[in-house]
This record gives sequence, C-alpha cells and structure tokens, in this order.
Amino acid sequence: MLLITCPHCGPRPELEFVHGGEAHIARPTQPEALNAEEWTEYLYMRANPKGLHAERWRHLHGCARFFNALRDTTTDQFVVTYKTGEARPDLKGPAA
Amino acid sequence: MQKFSAFELFKQGLNGQAGWKPQWRSPEPKAAYDAVIIGGGGHGLGAAYYLAKQHGMRNIAVLEKGWLGGGNTGRNTTIIRSNYLFDESAGLYDHSVKLWEGLSQELNYNVMFSQRGVMMLAHTVHDVQVFKRHVHANRANGVDNEWLSPEEAKAYCPPLNISDNMRYPVLGAALQRRGGTARHDAVAWGYARAADDLGVDIIENCEVTGIRRNAAGAVEAVETTKGLIRTPKIGVSAAGHTSVVLGMAGVRLPLESYPLQALVSEPIKPVFPCVVMSNTIHAYISQSDKGELVIGAGTDIYTSYTQRGGLHISQHTLEAICELFPAFRRMRMLRNWGGIVDVTPDRSPIVAKTPVPGLYVNCGWGTGGFKATPGAAHTLAWTIAKDEPHPINAPFTIERFRDGHLIDEAAAAAVAH
Ligand SMILES: Cc1cc2nc3c(=O)[nH]c(=O)nc-3n(C[C@H](O)[C@H](O)[C@H](O)COP(=O)(O)OP(=O)(O)OC[C@H]3O[C@@H](n4cnc5c(N)ncnc54)[C@H](O)[C@@H]3O)c2cc1C
Ligand SMILES: [Zn+2]
Repeated sequence: MLLITCPHCGPRPELEFVHGGEAHIARPTQPEALNAEEWTEYLYMRANPKGLHAERWRHLHGCARFFNALRDTTTDQFVVTYKTGEARPDLKGPAA
Repeated sequence: MQKFSAFELFKQGLNGQAGWKPQWRSPEPKAAYDAVIIGGGGHGLGAAYYLAKQHGMRNIAVLEKGWLGGGNTGRNTTIIRSNYLFDESAGLYDHSVKLWEGLSQELNYNVMFSQRGVMMLAHTVHDVQVFKRHVHANRANGVDNEWLSPEEAKAYCPPLNISDNMRYPVLGAALQRRGGTARHDAVAWGYARAADDLGVDIIENCEVTGIRRNAAGAVEAVETTKGLIRTPKIGVSAAGHTSVVLGMAGVRLPLESYPLQALVSEPIKPVFPCVVMSNTIHAYISQSDKGELVIGAGTDIYTSYTQRGGLHISQHTLEAICELFPAFRRMRMLRNWGGIVDVTPDRSPIVAKTPVPGLYVNCGWGTGGFKATPGAAHTLAWTIAKDEPHPINAPFTIERFRDGHLIDEAAAAAVAH
C-alpha cells in the first residue's frame, strides 16, 4: 500500500484515496464550439505515459478534496503532490 | 516440424526422451520483412501464424522485448467465455471460442482447452436482472448461457457457499457450459511453433524503440535494440504498452494501463470442477490441472507499468473467496503477481487500422483478452493482410469513440475477464 501526501492533510495510507485519472484536462469553456475530434480528445484520449504522470487524486476518506500529483508510473513513486489549480511543477521525469 | 503424437512419444521414450529438438528457431532479424508484429504474446504470435497460414505472408517477423508469453499471456487466470451482451462482442468472442475448440488439432499442440463451464455469480437484485438480460441476449445470438438458482449453482460447484447470512449472498448464477480454461503458455508456444514452421522469424529480447514513417506518412521501418528493420506493415499487439508503442508513430489512443493481479495456492487434489466469477465482489477462481487454485482480483485503482499492484487488492479478493468457499480458508497462497492491462472507456477492444498507413493495432483487451486470443489473432492478421477489417472486427475501431458507436460492455456490467 502506498503512502500518499495529501497537500491539505499530510501523509495518509492509500486506502483513504481514490484515483481521479489524468490531470489538467480542462473542461471546454465553449462546449458547443467543439467538433467531434475535439470532443473525442477531451472525453477519451489519454497520455497514459510510462514515466511521470500528472494525475488527480481525491482524499475521499479524509478532507474529501481533490488534488494533483506527479507520479512515476514505472515505480509508483509520488514525486510531488500539489493543490488543484496550481500549475504542473516543471520536473523532468526519469527517461521513459 | 517434429510432429507430436502418441507414436512419437513412444519412439522418443526408447531413446530416454533425448531426441526432442527446440520447438522454434532463434534467428537474428533480417534487414527487411513484408510485415512485422510487435509483441510476442498469444495475440501477436497467433497473428503471425494466421498471416503465414491463411494469407501466405511468410517473410514476416514477431519482435518481443522479453520472452514469449512473458506479458499478460503468461500472467492471466485463463478464463474463457463468450457470453457478452452486445451483438458485436458476441460475434468476436464466440468466434474465438469456436477457434479454441479446434486449436489443439490445428496447431498439433495441446493447449489444454477445457470446457468445464464458467459460472458468474449474482449477489444483488441488479446482478440478477443484468445476468438474466445477458442470458436472453446471448441466446438470441446463438451463444449458450443459462440461469441457475442458488441450489443449481451449488450442485454445479459443490464448494460454493449459498447460505443467506453472507455479506453478499448468492442469489443465482449465469452458466456458460462451453466456457472454461486453457493452458496459457501452451497457447503462446503452440502458435510460435506453428508460425516458425511456416517460416516466421520469432525474435526475442528485441525491443521496438521507434517507428519510422516516410514522406507520405506511411510506416517504413522499426528501430529496435537489434537494429533497424524495414517493413511496410506493422501490427502492434503490445497489451499494456500499446500507448507507448503507438506514441512512437504519433498516434494517441483512448487507453489507460492498470495493474491486474492474480495469485495461486499450493497444489491440492481436484476439488473445484468449474470456473466461478464474481464481478460484484471481485473474485475469480478455478483449479489448474497441477492442482493450484488460480485466483484473480480486480484491477488496482491507479495507472501503472510496474507489474506489481497493492497487497490490499489481493487481500480484498481473498476475503471474498473465503466467504464464498469457506473450505479454502486455511489454504496457503504460493505466489502473487501483476500484469499491465490496457483498458478502453467502453471495456471493448480495438482491432483496427490506425490513421497511419501500414500501422495496425490490436489492443484494449484490458482484463479479458486471453479468451479472445485466437479470434483477435485471426482478425488482426486479416486486417493487416487485406488492409481492411474482417466483418467480425469491423466495429472495433478507434473511430467508434468519435462517432459515438461505443460497444459498452462496461455499462453492461459483465466487464471483467
Ligand atoms: C492477472 C491477470 C489476469 C487475467 N485474467 C484473464 C482471464 O481470466 N481471462 C481472459 O480472457 N483474460 C485475462 N487477462 C487478460 C489477458 O491476459 C490479456 O488480455 C491477453 O493475454 C493479452 O494478450 P496479448 O498477447 O495481447 O498481450 P501480452 O501477452 O501482454 O503480449 C504483449 C507483448 O508485447 C511485448 N511488448 C510490449 N512493448 C514492446 C516493445 N516496445 N517491443 C517489443 N515487444 C513489446 C510485451 O513484452 C508482451 O510480451 C488477465 C490479465 C492479467 C494481467
Ligand atoms: Zn486530505
């Protein structure tokens, strides 16, 4: 089980969290302006990287808030967690 | 090829079984092929076999970064069934079951396909309604599936606990008698041996690191750890690594890769006659011919390429197994492991052309593609050879996500395995 650092509550066991998928996928501000390709990209296409992944987590059984994390999917190590709304930290991942 | 038969076994026995030769060659890659398959799992090896056998393409190679069947083919719990809800799925999965039925003969290799029946347990009113709907839909598609009462389920699988004081009591079950299991390694080895015999080069320890495209955008070569290999056609069958491989050609996919775990117990005498699955409480169990209980879990909750997964996920599954089969409470588990499964939003696979000319993909099988090994391989080979899909895999495109033609087995709730 992983130890995950909620930016609001500190380190807590994985069981308190749910995974929220890839981060920084902004909801379209003008949904009616999107064509089919753009909708597909927004709804379904995912980076799924082997290496650093920016992703959402929710501390469901704690403060219940969403936050973001950079995690290395080759080791599962959390490199950094940060609050929703903050920009993705500029870190180079290990070579994928 | 050295044919397997009772006579050959007897003959070799006179010689202390010392006359068996390697079942396939280990060639160095040539500079160019007519087609290259990336991924030496059951799907990729099978595709190479059907390309050579049915489409006469013999100047082809399978490139595998590790060893044959070392991916999900060698890590799965080998459940085979075809009682999926939608017409498209019934077509694809039942095509596979039919191919399984003749596969040992076709390959002259015993893949140990055993139609011992797959029983899926219903624990809630919603399960009951969904499974009955499946039974009806399957029958309309000519796929066998029948509804059992709890007592009938217990008669079919005597170790099952059907008492009503469980957290998730058994309210009934859907049984597909033609479902069952097969020997995972044998499928990879059987296809490899038969493909090699037809001239296919099977190259292990050869990782594809890049895909080169020409000025028109079409594929022209793969870069590998064993050098550059030119080819006008590439079939990708890389399971959990599909996003990585197609990324080399600039293609994005609706895929996420998750760890999926399984474990086996110490071997015991035959106690478990069939396959039992519970999607609701994430427990999948059968007994191998060696005697081990083979137990599968649900996926871990986060994407990963680690082939590990969290211990609490297996524990959760074992709790469910112990409640359903109290006789197993004191069994010891020997090993557990994970594989990386590539999951699509609708939990149906993609077997299709890509936007890049000459590049074909077979992926998205997620937690349940072992059962489809022959069908996926057969339709992928067809798609590569003819540059157009077989009617059976035609609906399983990437574009279905753009066009809204999802094959939503996820919502149909009979998702796993
Ligand atoms: C624990 C577990 C239990 C499962 N249980 C079931 C079940 O009961 N029933 C069922 O139907 N399905 C099950 N599945 C799913 C099933 O195993 C897969 O869908 C199926 O085996 C996929 O076969 P494949 O040949 O496409 O993939 P794999 O066997 O994974 O083959 C892909 C190959 O591609 C290679 N590769 C990747 N990248 C590269 C590269 N760059 N260059 C060269 N080679 C590369 C990999 O090394 C790998 O060997 C389970 C999976 C797991 C992990
Ligand atoms: Zn918190």
